[in-house]
Amino acid sequence: MPSNSIQLDDNGKLRHFLSIEGLNQTILNEILDTADSFTSVTDRTIKKVPILRGKTVANLFFEASTRTRSTFELAEQRLSADILSLNVTTSATVKGESLLDTLQNLEAMQIDMFVIRHQDSGSAHFFAQHVRPGVSVLNAGDGQHEHPTQAMLDMYTIRHHKQDFSSLRVAIVGDILHSRVARSQIHALNLLNTAEVRVIAPRTLLPMDTESLGVSVYEDLEQGLEGVDVIIMLRLQRERMRGALLPSEKEYFREFGLTQERLQLAKPDAIVMHPGPANRGVEIESSVMDGNQSVILQQVSFGISVRMAVMSMIVGQSGLQSGSDA
Amino acid sequence: MNLQIKNGQVVNPLESTVIKTDLFLQDGKIAGLGSAPKSFKAEQTIDAADHWVLPGLIDCQARLRDPGEPEKANIESETKAAIENGITSLCIPPDTQPPIDNSATVELIHHRNEMFGHQAQVYPIGALTRGLGGEQLSNMASLRANGCIAFSNAKVPLANNLVQRRAMDYAGGQHSLVIIQPLDHDLLANGCAHEGAVATRLGLPAIPEAAETAALAKDIELVAQTGARTHFGQLSCARSVDMVRRAKAKGLPITADCAIHQLFLTDHDIGNFDSNMFTIPPLRSQYDRDALREGVADGTIDCLCSDHQPHEVDAKLKPFPSAEPGISGLDTLLPLALRLVEEGVLPLAELIAKLTLNPTTIMGLPGGRMGIDEVADLIIVDPDSHWVCSASSFVSKGKNTPFEGWDFHGSLTHTLVAGNVVYKR
Repeated sequence: MPSNSIQLDDNGKLRHFLSIEGLNQTILNEILDTADSFTSVTDRTIKKVPILRGKTVANLFFEASTRTRSTFELAEQRLSADILSLNVTTSATVKGESLLDTLQNLEAMQIDMFVIRHQDSGSAHFFAQHVRPGVSVLNAGDGQHEHPTQAMLDMYTIRHHKQDFSSLRVAIVGDILHSRVARSQIHALNLLNTAEVRVIAPRTLLPMDTESLGVSVYEDLEQGLEGVDVIIMLRLQRERMRGALLPSEKEYFREFGLTQERLQLAKPDAIVMHPGPANRGVEIESSVMDGNQSVILQQVSFGISVRMAVMSMIVGQSGLQSGSDA
Repeated sequence: MNLQIKNGQVVNPLESTVIKTDLFLQDGKIAGLGSAPKSFKAEQTIDAADHWVLPGLIDCQARLRDPGEPEKANIESETKAAIENGITSLCIPPDTQPPIDNSATVELIHHRNEMFGHQAQVYPIGALTRGLGGEQLSNMASLRANGCIAFSNAKVPLANNLVQRRAMDYAGGQHSLVIIQPLDHDLLANGCAHEGAVATRLGLPAIPEAAETAALAKDIELVAQTGARTHFGQLSCARSVDMVRRAKAKGLPITADCAIHQLFLTDHDIGNFDSNMFTIPPLRSQYDRDALREGVADGTIDCLCSDHQPHEVDAKLKPFPSAEPGISGLDTLLPLALRLVEEGVLPLAELIAKLTLNPTTIMGLPGGRMGIDEVADLIIVDPDSHWVCSASSFVSKGKNTPFEGWDFHGSLTHTLVAGNVVYKR
């Protein structure tokens, strides 16, 4: 895959972080291990390390985001970076500036790292192909393609609870067609040798040849949940009703909503995850979301250490020890 | 001017032959094949030993972006590109700005070609409906009188079936050719890549086959209903080839073409979101590509075209879904055609017929034939020369090519229009 060459340098180290596809198990494990070392930082009174001191990180969000953006910003702050956050939906590109011009203008401000969310699939690759050597790009979600840091924080959460991926059955439930999170999760789970990755969705929310991603496909929630260790619920976007993809939220909940009763079909110690923001009563029942099998809020806090890990690996520092000496 | 081309391997698409012989050109026409006409005295002689001599290519679908989009290209730049790549006639679809729906635009195009053009024939295809709006019929008879060779709604499908039926009836009643690019805009939606494993993996909004085939099925039924002679342009799906094959077998007055890049590229070539691979219709699967090649070989697909869509650099310097679709194809039409011969899709003369004889027959144009009294639009090709494709050496103003770095065999040495050498390498 050509994505190898652009994301990794000649020594196989991360140069950009664009997609899980094209990475390898070693790097994924290194991210998870590095994140472990940062989780302790997050628990300290003084939550800062100097790994990104003197570096400038620009957060470019062409699409709205709450948790991804704020956890990226927190991660950057805790790594002591200088931060420039631009809400691009209300700035230059609206005035007609091209994406490339926006990029080059920011580069002129000596940015070292870009964190980008954009509505076009492939936009992170596009940025990475056009930045100056030495400048890194982190994909915070490109269209329907990938959202690799989200997938890594999900892997971190799973590993935290389940340790060994090779014995796990994981079900991803919901709008696979439009989900960049699902694509990244599927690649990550497969790279980590997960025993079985299932996707569960009505046919209108499944892309063509879904199996080619390396998953088994279920169109029936109850069958799909049978015996799984991990359930990842995806957010159902309201606009899906308008596109005639689904009849109604009510019917979706009836067929694909995760209820206490359906949760019983999974393994007794199964965990329930959701990348957020969740629609209570549409894809997930409140009692499941707030129940003791839910790890949804943990995902959010792990997001900070995972993003710290990825950024520190990109600047060439794997973990806290070397970081503290800097 | 009397001109003799001697010792060339003369390709005759009508007879499907390649014969070493001499050609004698007089008064802009082919005056002798093999033997000189009486009292012929050559003023100029070209030795074409070990070279192929072919009719000039007819590109049945090329956008010159003129009038309306000078940042992309214009008649001057693109007719030069055509001539220097062996294309002596260009059929241009009506989606210029303004569209070719009135005689003034037709005259403007002809005028610009006379003033600034480089000797290539430019044949406008008229709009089927006014402003391509799909509501009112265009003044087809006037447009035809002014030189429109056929009528089409270009990439803008007619949303209203009744209007389409009437447009086809009206055009058919005038014995005009209707050209349709089958495309259902509802199914096309915001898609930018073939619906399959590649689009699924890259998260690119997908274009199902039905965006083409559902429209084509309806269009074929309307041909059956109206009897209007109809040419289907830029087919991309295996199922479309099959549908056209069956409709032809039933005797419907149907012909078809496909863009030559569809015979080489598939959705896998999108690779890492390469926006030069973004086309509409999209690059399809290997299966579709193979079926299109079969359709070319068995005659289901009558013509090949460049589907030339030159762009300024910025149009492609965007993330894949936001880039503009299309390929700058004039510079690669001939080499890709020769490569099809090399790859055994069809013998030389039969393949060249799809770029000469067939389009002229379907569109009712001069040229495309190698016979006495035919117009002497000819090209000479050195089959042994090797070269590497590079956008930087494209003659077209559009450098948007997916064929950068491809190895090609065979290159043009001369282009003649009406018996005169207008380009020599």
